Amino acid sequence: MNKTIYYTFIGVFLAFLQVFVFNNILFFEYINPFLYIAFVFLFPLRTLRFYFLLLAFLLGLFVDIFVDSGGIHAFSTLTIAYVRLFFIKLYFRKTAVDYPFFSIQKEPFGKIFNYTVTLTVLHHFILFSLDNFSFQNFSSVLLNTLYSSIFTLLLFFLGGFILIKKQ
Amino acid sequence: MQQLISFIQKYKYLLFFIILQTIGIQLTIQNHSFHKSTFLNSTNFISGNLYEKTANISDYFHLKEQNEQLVLENIQLKNKIAFLNTTEPTALETVLTDSINFNQRYSYATAKIIKNQYTKSNNILLINKGEAAGIEKEMAVFNNKGIIGVTEKTGQKYTRVQSILNKNSGISARLKNGANYFGPLVWDGKDYRNVQLTDIPRQANVKIGDTIVTSGMSTIFPEGILVGTVITVGDKNSRENKINVQLFNDMSNLRQVYVVKSLHKLEIKNLLDE
Repeated sequence: MNKTIYYTFIGVFLAFLQVFVFNNILFFEYINPFLYIAFVFLFPLRTLRFYFLLLAFLLGLFVDIFVDSGGIHAFSTLTIAYVRLFFIKLYFRKTAVDYPFFSIQKEPFGKIFNYTVTLTVLHHFILFSLDNFSFQNFSSVLLNTLYSSIFTLLLFFLGGFILIKKQ
Repeated sequence: MQQLISFIQKYKYLLFFIILQTIGIQLTIQNHSFHKSTFLNSTNFISGNLYEKTANISDYFHLKEQNEQLVLENIQLKNKIAFLNTTEPTALETVLTDSINFNQRYSYATAKIIKNQYTKSNNILLINKGEAAGIEKEMAVFNNKGIIGVTEKTGQKYTRVQSILNKNSGISARLKNGANYFGPLVWDGKDYRNVQLTDIPRQANVKIGDTIVTSGMSTIFPEGILVGTVITVGDKNSRENKINVQLFNDMSNLRQVYVVKSLHKLEIKNLLDE
């Protein structure tokens, strides 16, 4: 099956899952996981980058429309989608030649961990800062970022262990 | 020209990224100004319908609670009638003989909350009535326990409500007993159980446990709708004089609500604008 179409469907599925399931999960009444960003981690590198950026933006916008938050999800998802390449270069030590063969599932856990933690924290920080939209309550932005990131990552790795077959 | 093209060639991804980011930040900024709400919101056909479907399913789990609430409200109303009968035996009859149409100030409609939100810093609710049912912008939303919010954006079948748990919210409220000191209710974004009453003059005698109700000073809310009780009183010497109010409503658990239409709104607005 064509990888691009496959991952596009995963994106759609994650968007619906986020809106109808994860947005209703409120751990300790406040902490909300944003698992839909797993789309950005998993999307293959070989696809045209325009298409990927556009999809990430639309995914964020879809979540935004459902939670009435303007464009904050679109903004933060697009940001991590854009800077993803930089962190792949940094953590996995890949160059442009390796991109067509790059698959996150074949990488060691430590590197994947660094990569996902960085992108998740970045995404959540931008998201909560824009949601707050002022410099008041900045401590709550940081706390929210920390707690939500932990929860998102926990779900991401749990889902990974359950769903992805070991080669 | 050659250089311009090669520049675009080189930075095409960055340029595309910036264009999309601009759209995103534009939507965010628009969303933060109350009167210029965006065209992309959950009152549209698709998301409204999907929310309604999910709400219909989850409704069944709350039937018992809803029944208890209705019984409570019935008792409240019955008590009011009994009270009117004892104090003013003619009160009921006068209302009957009066032509209601000319004295009625508010008309009420019911609606159901199909999406609730209380953990963000600007919370928004969605109700399942829209323009087709006569809902307009800036109508009050409450239930028998107290105020909930103000309608903000109407669609054909759904309406977006700005919750009192929103940093832009500023509903006028006053102390129930005592003098007519009033001020706006704001929310500091911390706890969804509490809101803050501000701008109450220093000489006002506010005690812990006092009841706060809506003041009726705006064209939106009728007077005397319950809000909550005072839990802490701020430092009297500060400029804002913040009073912490615990809401009667559990904002995390809302279903049926009433929407109030103020029939005199146009007249009052015209008078104020002159």
